[in-house]
Amino acid sequence: MKHLKILIFVFMSSLLLINCNKEEKKADTVVDNTTIYIKGTIDAELTAPPFVPAPVGDRPAKKLIVNMEILEKEGTMTDGVKYMYWTFGGSVPGSFIRTRVGDEVEFTLSNHPDNKLPHNIDLHAVTGPGGGATSSFVAPGHKKTFSFKTLNPGLYVYHCATAPVGMHIANGMYGLILVEPEGGLPKVDKEYYIMQGDFYTKGENGEKGLQPFDMKKAVDEDADYVVFNGKVGALTGDNAITANVGETVRLFVGNGGPNLTSSFHVIGEIFDNVHVEGGSMINKDVQTTSIPAGGAAIVDFKVDVPGTFILVDHAIFRAFNKGALGMLKVTGEEKKRVYSGVKQEGIYHPEGGTIQTMPDNNKKKVAVTLKDKPLAQKIKDGKQVYMNTCFACHQAEGQGIPNAFPPLAKSDYLNADVKRAIGIVLNGKTGEITVNGKKYNSVMTKQTLTDEEVADVMTYIYNSWGNNKTNVTINKVKEVKSSH
Amino acid sequence: MKTILRLAICILFINSIYTNCQSKMVLIKGGEYIPLYGRDSMKVSINSFHMDVYPVTNKEYLAFVKKYPKWQRSKAIKLFVDKSYLRAWKSDTLLNSNQKPNSPITNVSWFAAKNYCECQGKRLPTVDEWEYVAMADQKMPDARKLKTYNEFILSWYEKPKTYNQTIGSTFKNYWKVYDLHGLVWEWTSDFNSVLISGESRKDVDTDNDLFCGSAAVNATDLMNYAAFMRYAIRGSLKAKYTMKNLGFRCVKDDK
Repeated sequence: MKHLKILIFVFMSSLLLINCNKEEKKADTVVDNTTIYIKGTIDAELTAPPFVPAPVGDRPAKKLIVNMEILEKEGTMTDGVKYMYWTFGGSVPGSFIRTRVGDEVEFTLSNHPDNKLPHNIDLHAVTGPGGGATSSFVAPGHKKTFSFKTLNPGLYVYHCATAPVGMHIANGMYGLILVEPEGGLPKVDKEYYIMQGDFYTKGENGEKGLQPFDMKKAVDEDADYVVFNGKVGALTGDNAITANVGETVRLFVGNGGPNLTSSFHVIGEIFDNVHVEGGSMINKDVQTTSIPAGGAAIVDFKVDVPGTFILVDHAIFRAFNKGALGMLKVTGEEKKRVYSGVKQEGIYHPEGGTIQTMPDNNKKKVAVTLKDKPLAQKIKDGKQVYMNTCFACHQAEGQGIPNAFPPLAKSDYLNADVKRAIGIVLNGKTGEITVNGKKYNSVMTKQTLTDEEVADVMTYIYNSWGNNKTNVTINKVKEVKSSH
Repeated sequence: MKTILRLAICILFINSIYTNCQSKMVLIKGGEYIPLYGRDSMKVSINSFHMDVYPVTNKEYLAFVKKYPKWQRSKAIKLFVDKSYLRAWKSDTLLNSNQKPNSPITNVSWFAAKNYCECQGKRLPTVDEWEYVAMADQKMPDARKLKTYNEFILSWYEKPKTYNQTIGSTFKNYWKVYDLHGLVWEWTSDFNSVLISGESRKDVDTDNDLFCGSAAVNATDLMNYAAFMRYAIRGSLKAKYTMKNLGFRCVKDDK
């Protein structure tokens, strides 16, 4: 009997020991990535945004040769505005580097002979002093090589760290390096590379010509442009990223800064998974994810319905006024179960009345002033309506936003047909139209304005910015409304 | 009598050298100045010296390598020049067709620049001497706090290929010296004496004297930014390096 007890005791304690051992071993394999064995050498595939290199899949850790060239070159910030960009690999953001955990990256940084300044690179994926900056400080016409082992999986920013650091970053010297876990990230159908940055120019937003960097504005964090992939419109119109209905899209999103934190959001989509801050923690069902300057996030989502999905920094003035706007165009069959789209019979006519509730005293006023006011008064009132309702998209001078919202200033489309224009304000508009020779494919919602307000705002628009000075009467508005 | 004659001949000879080979120099009156990295207590005094009015040109350097073949591209000792030395030249003694004789010579090493000056009976300026002259604008000996002065320097960083311009194409400063800003970087004799490690953020900790100015957000910031670039480029160099945007000029002590 005693023997049995002892036997059981011994058995139990041995079990405990085994358990302990097992746990220790597990901990070891998780932590020590410095000892991952390297097998063979390959040249890294580098890509310019919005594209990313092929996934690592299940390849073993290797010696990965990365050759990156620094180019100081003039580029286009937006139509008519040039900027002297400093770039890694000739693009802003710089070339995308894709590695797996355990890779030994042999990194050669070449500074083009035409460049004026010394540069270096600090990769946040590097474990070592300065993230490589000390070892890569290189004069124009020279190159430096250093190597590092990728120890932590995740999506990391790299950037130039030469004095004055802020200026080098503000001129576009940043990009992303991805360290995939062993076996790679889960497979998806489409992958894209997007990086936000803020720019500080001597002239205000939109001022033409070659714009120099403005140090004072940069220090004040008063950005003239906040953009995806280095310029306004890098991801809109023909440059939009694409996917098909039913596919899963993964975005590698970084923020170069130098100053602003991004509130990254895709209008009309919900992120299924977000690698928070580019690390291993996954958050699910996220609407907007915060990406700090010098940080990143990996987001993925399945696109269920066709249409154009707008990528924005949801600090929304940056999107509509400073350029932080991109597009994901999804093609495929409609899925009415998920999203109905616009149904003809569902269109709401403002004269139905219930939504137009106003305080009593105003109501009386409306009733009294149904007759047309003098032209000057209409224009004045119309301007107020415009600033409340139309300004955000069509902008203060009616210039619109290239590739997103058509201009109202000197607009051939507007001046050609007054009734059509009134109809758009009343009923909204989707689908492709051509304005002043450029194609737009956006959505304008129907506006909940009174007939008088529509008449006022249309009169204001027609009497501004070189348009044909039509005086739109309340009766005209009513006529369009009833003809529908 | 003999000695007087000798002296006369000597003076004549020196004069002829001056008029023939020597580029024009001007007197820079010495004084005190506070370098970028300094405070009031760190004034540096500069003795009077003469400085070349223009950077050394392609034409002048061509004459130099003809006279001293050891500095020709194929003959220069590899310890003293890197592979890009005079890279744009057609041959050892011929400029390329797109190189103007009156553009500044670039793609020369510190060793080569130093020897060039020595062969003219001159020397390279020190960082302090160079900075002392270069802090002037058209009208003032020290214009470093002026917005226009700093904007001019900063705008140069954004102008591509300025090494193709000819000497004298930028402004004449207070000392009647041209092209210190806006054309090319220039070698100094002690270019490495201010140590910038390449990890500029680390330098903030280790070399407070140099970087205390940059930490403050105030009016001098713009000036610091403009000057930092020069210290950064100097810090990135080694004596055998050559660069497309890097030339030099010589100075001489005032007797």
